[in-house]
Amino acid sequence: MITELEMGKGESELELGLGLSLGGGTPAKIGKSGGGGAWGERGRLLTAKDFPSVGSKRAADSGSHAGASPPRSSQVVGWPPIGSHRMNSLVNNQATRSAREEEEAGKKKVKDDESKDVTKKVNGKVQVGFIKVNMDGVAIGRKVDLNAHSYYENLAQTLEDMFFRTNPGTIGLTGQFTKPLRLLDGSSEFVLTYEDKEGDWMLVGDVPWRMFITSVKRLRVMKTSEANGLAVRHQERNERHRNQPV
Amino acid sequence: MNLRLPSKVLEHIISFIDSNEDRNSVSLVCKSWFETERKTRKRVFVGNCYAITPAAVARRFPEMRSLTLKGKPHFADYNLVPDGWGGYAWPWIEAMAKKSPSLEEIRLKRMVVTDECLELIAASFKDFKVLVLTSCEGFSTDGIAAIAATCRNLRVLELRECIVEDLGGDWLSYFPETSTSLVSLDFSCLDSEVKLSDLERLVSRSPDLKSLKLNPAVTVDGLESLLRRAPQLTELGTGSFSAELKPEAFSKLSEAFTNCKQLKCLSGLWDVLPEYLPALYSVCPGLTSLNLSYATVRMPDLVELLRRCSKLQKLWVMDLIEDKGLETVASCCKELRELRVFPSVPDLDATNVALTEQGLVFVSQGCPKLESVLYFCVQFTNAALITIARNRPNIKCFRLCVIEPFAPDYKTNEPLDKGFKAIAERCKYLQRLSVSGLLTDKAFKYIAKHAKKVRMLSVAFAGDSDLMLHHLLSGCESLKKLEIRDCPFGDTALLENASKLETMRSLWLSSCFVSFGACKLLSQKMPRLNVEVIDEHPPETRPESSPVERIYIYRTVAGPRLDMPEFVWTIHKNPEIGVSHLAIK
Repeated sequence: MITELEMGKGESELELGLGLSLGGGTPAKIGKSGGGGAWGERGRLLTAKDFPSVGSKRAADSGSHAGASPPRSSQVVGWPPIGSHRMNSLVNNQATRSAREEEEAGKKKVKDDESKDVTKKVNGKVQVGFIKVNMDGVAIGRKVDLNAHSYYENLAQTLEDMFFRTNPGTIGLTGQFTKPLRLLDGSSEFVLTYEDKEGDWMLVGDVPWRMFITSVKRLRVMKTSEANGLAVRHQERNERHRNQPV
Repeated sequence: MNLRLPSKVLEHIISFIDSNEDRNSVSLVCKSWFETERKTRKRVFVGNCYAITPAAVARRFPEMRSLTLKGKPHFADYNLVPDGWGGYAWPWIEAMAKKSPSLEEIRLKRMVVTDECLELIAASFKDFKVLVLTSCEGFSTDGIAAIAATCRNLRVLELRECIVEDLGGDWLSYFPETSTSLVSLDFSCLDSEVKLSDLERLVSRSPDLKSLKLNPAVTVDGLESLLRRAPQLTELGTGSFSAELKPEAFSKLSEAFTNCKQLKCLSGLWDVLPEYLPALYSVCPGLTSLNLSYATVRMPDLVELLRRCSKLQKLWVMDLIEDKGLETVASCCKELRELRVFPSVPDLDATNVALTEQGLVFVSQGCPKLESVLYFCVQFTNAALITIARNRPNIKCFRLCVIEPFAPDYKTNEPLDKGFKAIAERCKYLQRLSVSGLLTDKAFKYIAKHAKKVRMLSVAFAGDSDLMLHHLLSGCESLKKLEIRDCPFGDTALLENASKLETMRSLWLSSCFVSFGACKLLSQKMPRLNVEVIDEHPPETRPESSPVERIYIYRTVAGPRLDMPEFVWTIHKNPEIGVSHLAIK
């Protein structure tokens, strides 16, 4: 039997101590942080960005533009240069538009009922609340509030805090003594995946954030070895989507 | 002959100087002018919060009443700066609370502001009047409630595109019944619904209220009720208009707008249904600023609205306006000074192709006062750029985003070098420039030579080699902020032009080929620069010649900062010690 713990955003105190322990000296007090902590050194969960995607992120890698295929703007971070508020609004519009189109076409998803407790419509916009998170090898699932996050890095950090790190000197949920888990250089043991409204399991990170939160049903921290099949499917699905008119 | 003005006279004269640039010049003349100027400066602007310590600012300007601070680099707007990088408001607020308790106005941009900060502001500054937070994050509606509740003389409270932890709409009810001083309120970035009756009462008891920007949770009915209570508004940000149109509600709304005879600026209009637009027709003739960039209405409806806006000076709109719509703007909006056209879909594949370079050409032809442009477009031509430059040499801000990276002139297949050369040559007052499309090193040679007044330059996916950066850093006399991403230059140009960097506020480089070794060397050569390497991977795990992900370089008199997260590396000033998170203890 799996008991689920309601979990809020997780630690909101930014742990400056870790970063500045080398030099000593008192770090400036910054109070509560908005939720994002330091990524990188502490390790991170792999998302779709880490898998080779169609079209390289940097055409200049090959040394010249001539031979390389230029990056499609939808795959490049921060391009086109639209502020995040505006980007969220655009993606939301798209999601609302396709939701409206689906309703008009008379398609009623079977899983609508299941998604009702997760999403609620406010002024025509779909809002997401708490969703379940499970991790391979961990008996106890958690819940995370997607509303409290605005970027993938935020979410990944929260989940790491949840599953890999609690108070210093205690055993975390994974049964390991807490220490920074190195998940760098593509050799991470775990990868973050989600189940979308159509029941497919996808890699987290390949669609714009707002699109993700309107389609995510639940999250799973999966062993990388099991996730290999997903990358391929993601590309196929991407191809499918690209051919569909918006 | 020793001519010295009595200090009282000097003080009086200097008190007439508002521009901080002028005041900075005044302060360099001699010691007594420096002293007099600093004692009379009321509005202080700090373009980079890490360039100087809060204590130094408080010490220098004892009469400070207004403080404006900027934190994160501009590219943070596009998610290129990881969370936790910095830009914390707390040290500033804490220092000012102690040393400048007469502070009345605080304006912060791209900073991390916590609820504690807001509570401290509310508690410390007795006559606090103005709080403007732009693109800030880290606080919740509780912090806003503290400001509302405590600042008795609050005039301005504006949250512009902030990321706020929204705990509900209660914060509005914290404005006490005795609060009647409000002039401007902007809560457009909040999600939660506020109690309409609270808002109505607040608006009713604020006779000086001139600017009100609502969030999307406010309905059409709510808007109508508020407009009735505040017909004196000059700036309005509507709520959302997506509810079904009821004829009664529509006529009430139209009437409410008709009574707003002083309305100059209109924004909001999220998801506005075209059926609602006629309600706005009565205010159109008086509008000087119209932000339709969240309105998903199509060209015909936009044209109907815009052809009535003969006094319009500022227009923000989506590419749904198409070339045809811009042609109408060109013929009807002769007072236009600023145009921004945003994409209506987030990715390239589905971009609106009915908006081309021709739209901007129309506007450049028809609007003689056009001086500021931000234009997103799939592709462009040299001919169009040359025409625009010829038509509008008075352009001061030109930001073109050709959405397809490396896109050449689609008619000739050439790079856009010639086009941007024309812009740089002809627009002699150009202060801000963003380039895009296929560009060779040559383009930057032209820009460096001709764009003498450009202070801020943004570059992406451009150039061939180190030459491009060398041109920019050895030319561009007025350059203060340079931000570059995904360009193929390495170390040479950066190191050769190191001294230029001290004349600039900041330089951002990401996804280029600059190595860690170069950053180390630069940092050692230039003690008055902070060279921050923002990289997920610890530099010591790789050879010094390997490129780093992001570099942020800025001049500072404050020394290295003490609040860097783990992924920011600055080079220890002492070469024997090597790399550490802290440069100096």
